[in-house]
Amino acid sequence: MSDVVERTLSALPGLLGQHEPGAGPGGPGRASATSRLGGLIRSITALSSKHEEEKLIQQELTNLKATVSAPATTLRLMKECMVRLIYCEMLGYESSFGYIHAIKLAQQGNLLEKRVGYLAVSLFLHENHELLLLLVNTVVKDLQSTNLVEVCMALTVVSQIFPREMIPAVLPLIEDKLQHSKEIIRRKAVQALYKFYLIAPNQVQHIHDKFRKALCDRDVGVMAASLHIYLQMIKENSSGYKDLTESFVTILKQVVGGKLPIDFNYHSVPAPWLQIQLLRILGLLGKDDPRTSELMYDVLDESLRRAEINHNITYAILFECVQTIYTIHPKPDLLEKAAKCIGKFVLSPKINLKYLGLKALTYVIQQDPNLALQHQMTIIECLDHPDPIIKRETLELLYRITNGQNVTVIVQKMLDYLKQSKEEYTIINLVSKIAELAEKYAPANEWFIQTMNAVFSIGGDVMHPDIPNNFLRLLAEGFDDEKEDEQLRLYAVQSYLGLLEEEDAIYPQKFLQVMSWVLGEYSYLINHEGDPEVIMTRLHKLLKKTFVTSETKAWIMAAITKIASLNRGSKTIDKLIQEFSTSLDTCMRQYAFELKHLCEDKDLMKNLLPRDASCNDMVVDASLSFLDGFVAEGLSRGAAPYKPHHQRQEEKLSQEKALNFEPYGLSLSSSMSSSGFTGRQSPTGLSLGSDMSGNSTEMGQKEMSSLKLDGVKKLWGKDGYLPKKESKTGKEDKLEAVPPGSTLGGNMVDHPLSEADQEVVSPSEEEKEKQRLASTLFVGLASDSAVSLMGKADTTTQKFKRKSKISETQNSEEAPSIQHDATLSFRPLPEAQSNDNENIQSTEHVRLRKSSLSSSEVLEASISFKRPQSLTEARLDAKLPDYRLSPSSLFADNNIEVFQPSQVIPSVVASKASLIPSLSEELANNPHSEAVELCSCDTLAVNLCKVWTDDCLLLVLFVANRSSSALKNVNLVFENSEHFKIVEGLSYHFPVIKAQSLESCQKSVQMEKNCMQEILVGSLNYHLEMETGLEFSVTLSLTDFIRPMKITTEDFGKLWLSFSNDVKQNVKMSPSQGSLSIALNTLQQKLKLHVVDIVGNEGLVACQLLPSVPCLLHCRTHAGMLALWLRSPCSALPDSLLYQCQKVMEET
Amino acid sequence: MIHAILVFNSHGRPRLARFYQRLPEEAQQQIIRETFQLVLKRDDSICNFLECGSLLGGSDYKLIYRHYATLYFVFCVDSSESELGILDLIQVFVETLDKCFENVCELDLIFHVDKVHYILQEVVMGGMVLETNMNEIVAQIDAQSKLEKSEGGLSAAPARAVSAVKNINLPELPRNINIGDINIKVPSLSPFV
Repeated sequence: MSDVVERTLSALPGLLGQHEPGAGPGGPGRASATSRLGGLIRSITALSSKHEEEKLIQQELTNLKATVSAPATTLRLMKECMVRLIYCEMLGYESSFGYIHAIKLAQQGNLLEKRVGYLAVSLFLHENHELLLLLVNTVVKDLQSTNLVEVCMALTVVSQIFPREMIPAVLPLIEDKLQHSKEIIRRKAVQALYKFYLIAPNQVQHIHDKFRKALCDRDVGVMAASLHIYLQMIKENSSGYKDLTESFVTILKQVVGGKLPIDFNYHSVPAPWLQIQLLRILGLLGKDDPRTSELMYDVLDESLRRAEINHNITYAILFECVQTIYTIHPKPDLLEKAAKCIGKFVLSPKINLKYLGLKALTYVIQQDPNLALQHQMTIIECLDHPDPIIKRETLELLYRITNGQNVTVIVQKMLDYLKQSKEEYTIINLVSKIAELAEKYAPANEWFIQTMNAVFSIGGDVMHPDIPNNFLRLLAEGFDDEKEDEQLRLYAVQSYLGLLEEEDAIYPQKFLQVMSWVLGEYSYLINHEGDPEVIMTRLHKLLKKTFVTSETKAWIMAAITKIASLNRGSKTIDKLIQEFSTSLDTCMRQYAFELKHLCEDKDLMKNLLPRDASCNDMVVDASLSFLDGFVAEGLSRGAAPYKPHHQRQEEKLSQEKALNFEPYGLSLSSSMSSSGFTGRQSPTGLSLGSDMSGNSTEMGQKEMSSLKLDGVKKLWGKDGYLPKKESKTGKEDKLEAVPPGSTLGGNMVDHPLSEADQEVVSPSEEEKEKQRLASTLFVGLASDSAVSLMGKADTTTQKFKRKSKISETQNSEEAPSIQHDATLSFRPLPEAQSNDNENIQSTEHVRLRKSSLSSSEVLEASISFKRPQSLTEARLDAKLPDYRLSPSSLFADNNIEVFQPSQVIPSVVASKASLIPSLSEELANNPHSEAVELCSCDTLAVNLCKVWTDDCLLLVLFVANRSSSALKNVNLVFENSEHFKIVEGLSYHFPVIKAQSLESCQKSVQMEKNCMQEILVGSLNYHLEMETGLEFSVTLSLTDFIRPMKITTEDFGKLWLSFSNDVKQNVKMSPSQGSLSIALNTLQQKLKLHVVDIVGNEGLVACQLLPSVPCLLHCRTHAGMLALWLRSPCSALPDSLLYQCQKVMEET
Repeated sequence: MIHAILVFNSHGRPRLARFYQRLPEEAQQQIIRETFQLVLKRDDSICNFLECGSLLGGSDYKLIYRHYATLYFVFCVDSSESELGILDLIQVFVETLDKCFENVCELDLIFHVDKVHYILQEVVMGGMVLETNMNEIVAQIDAQSKLEKSEGGLSAAPARAVSAVKNINLPELPRNINIGDINIKVPSLSPFV
């Protein structure tokens, strides 16, 4: 067949040539363009390879590019080019250079050219394309045109593609078109409004009555178009349109009764698509509503009766009817008729109808399982149907009727189907269904495990991750019967051992992971009959297989570790440790070392990996606050705080420019750090404990070790064990909590390691200059206070040593309590609380888990929000004495405030007669902005004043009535914003605004979601002769929600350690802000921060984001730069605030 | 809602591609390719509906297609459309093409990509069915072509070329294969009912 086409095509150029002379007054340009399209198509057809095609089209595009951008190109030629571009785009070649010309063509061309332009635009661009804005003017112009064709084209393009924000520009014009005399224009206008409704429902909210008018339009086409809108609206909220039920029923009655013009018939069925649409709407309206359903029984009955003619489209209507009848409140005799209808579908020899019959059966089966019985033979036939789609649908049907008795057969059928299917989508879908059925109805343990094995083997790595997770959870948590659980686990272990016995079998990674978890967790169950050595050998073998990914290897290693913890020394373990200690794979090497260390300390290992404890809840201190003591100690001994890699790099570079005493050392250091761990010392040097720590400041300690040549070297060499021991004790709570074998553990070990690699690398020959710099950086900062955050290091080494000893002892006593308090007061979530209340928590969690398997997360989450309020408060009270918080400190009420919305401020303030907006006295005492006009018209003006009170941002809106008559019922409404919350609600109602007077209203705003700057949109509606709306927008930035936080230096230090999110950046200072105090003053004024302390070239600044998220800043001047270091418990806040600081610094 | 309308020939070469949702160029090509693979595997005796999984994003999307001579017409729709309704809509679209081009064939679709789009725009607008009445659609298209005629045979040249091709008896071909065979003879070709 294609031969014919190709041959015809090859004859084409000749033909085209023939016709060219007669082509009329088109001119040579046009003729050549058309023949070029022909030529293009012909040569593409002649090509054999994709590569050649690519070359040809690229060539073509280059030509086109030259043509369209040539100024001499006529619009007519441009039109031809556009058609060719459309062709190229269809073949998948981007031609973005032509987009702008398409818009131009739509703008400037005559009707035909315009049409091509619009078509090209709607094919090339998408809704958010920036060029689309250029089209708006053209559309507006064309909508106002007197030429119907132009209006039609504009409406078409609007309903295909239009920028959301420009809707107001065309909306009134399109509303006008609803009254147009031409039916086609009205219809397209309705369609355009539907599009607007889809992309911006708020914008068309006020014209719902116009939709109703369209629904009652005298023309059927317009009415049909309006049904799109109604279907959509009813889908979203059916209760709001119940009153229209009768209208829809009447319309349907008329359609079914053949009252429409004969034009609307399709194969002598009256307006079938309209009927389908109406039936769908009725279904939505009548769902679970007997009264509304009552209204439609008659017409449904009639529809069923009328749809007798044996044509495809009548079946479409029948199908819709059946679906509606089963959706609405049931009526027995209708159901009976519908069931008969389904029979017609299912038994039909036509495959499409059979498919739909199965679909309908699937839909109704839950209400009427007997129907399936009636058609069981057909269903069974369909199971062996050659069409996979039919089979799929049959399986779907079976899935719905599965119960405890038939589950084995149905699952077997599904597995059979899966074995033939190769489509990923089908596999994912079906596999989760099997897993669900197996879990629900499993008749026996053996069957369950075997089915799940099949699921894992087939589903492999494409299946939903919930499946293995749920399975493992089921195994771990078990049912009520302890003995039954044990048997299930035992069987799983046996089955997996059997599977692993096969030498060459390749299993999906997920399956291997499941196997290794189960073996690790429960292999002790078969210990009396099997040797753990055998299990370990099998796992060991797996590790050496090439198809096993490193993630799976981590699971396997975890399993081996767990098994090892239950057994005394084993040869396999020794072999394994030996083998992987020299592995090139860093992760494997890491695991091997962990295992080795654990094997040396059996008690720790037992502690760390308790038997069958996977359900016990763990508490992970993500902020690693248990290390804070260690860090504080390091800092107090003068260690430099941790700096991120990029900052160190920067500093190195800046120093290089100034003083470069030791070029070799520098290059060595950078080459070593870039080459990662190749140059690093043997991993044995890192204890398990210190590897685990991800705390940034601890890294600082490590870096310090290389910065401070002699002093720190010794610290590492000799005293190095001291912090390690300490960290280990701190660690144990955590290790205990880490579930044996969880990947989390693995990852945590893994991740900091790579970081540590980079930190440890710095060579010992660090430049002296840098050393001095590093030590002087933090000079004089609270030099004798243990909580000094940066420590001090300008003194001599001896001094440093002595001091460190003192602070060490202090710290070892103080650190733990500080830690606990800090976490307690700052983390309302129980997860973050230290193990003091771990017991309470875990018991509670366990109880929860037991009671509800599936929804435990949700419950946990909800509980965690309710409980801590009292819990933490109580704890706070108890610990308050050691905390030594200053009375004015904001933390004390920190927790409490998180849970309580800030007080509601009375929204109305007395009105005034003057039209000049001014704040009431009590508000004016607060810092506030000037009144700014937001929007105005002849009658009204809206002014806004921002008032920054201590606990919220107040927006004071002044509405001035400029007209000479009183305005009634003025409504002020804010649009819902994801970023902000208005405490008093989104709207405000002014019952009356007198002539020439001013009313005000107050709204307190809270930031819900962190953002730099967002716009709050609102509108003001009033009625004066006609409904009028004024839109306005208010820009709110982060700084509107920042308030100073007044704390002492000491509290600052404590807080600093408890925050985990930090960000650093150097900001250039202009010479005018030369000194630190000037810079800080600027920040204080512009951003409403609180300067806590200034010492030398360092400053401490604190602020909070309303309602009460603190953020601390440490500022330091250095060589014309202001180094900012921010910390906060909220992860997004430091970044945002840093940005604001930068902005302020740049502005001044 | 209709999410995409694709027409390709039995070699998988696209003849018309219209997407009603935002998709990057590569994704569109991918969809055309995969749809073609899916549809090609199916012979004419099995049903005209296909689940396309997450090919176009939504999980409940369906492909509804019809096969005419050398061309496949594929509509990708979500669950808010009636399968059989769409199947007949394809028929309406093709019959309309047939009326507008007078015995439509693949060549018409190639050389008049723009015109095919205009016809489609009258049937489906922004993913929603606008008009199903064939006479109405043809009337709209006729009104538009009148404009073209007044412009003076602008696209008449290729049209004439195609109709010339159609009417030539290529000597090396047996008469019965002729061009009639690449026509989409709609009335006689309704594959079911």
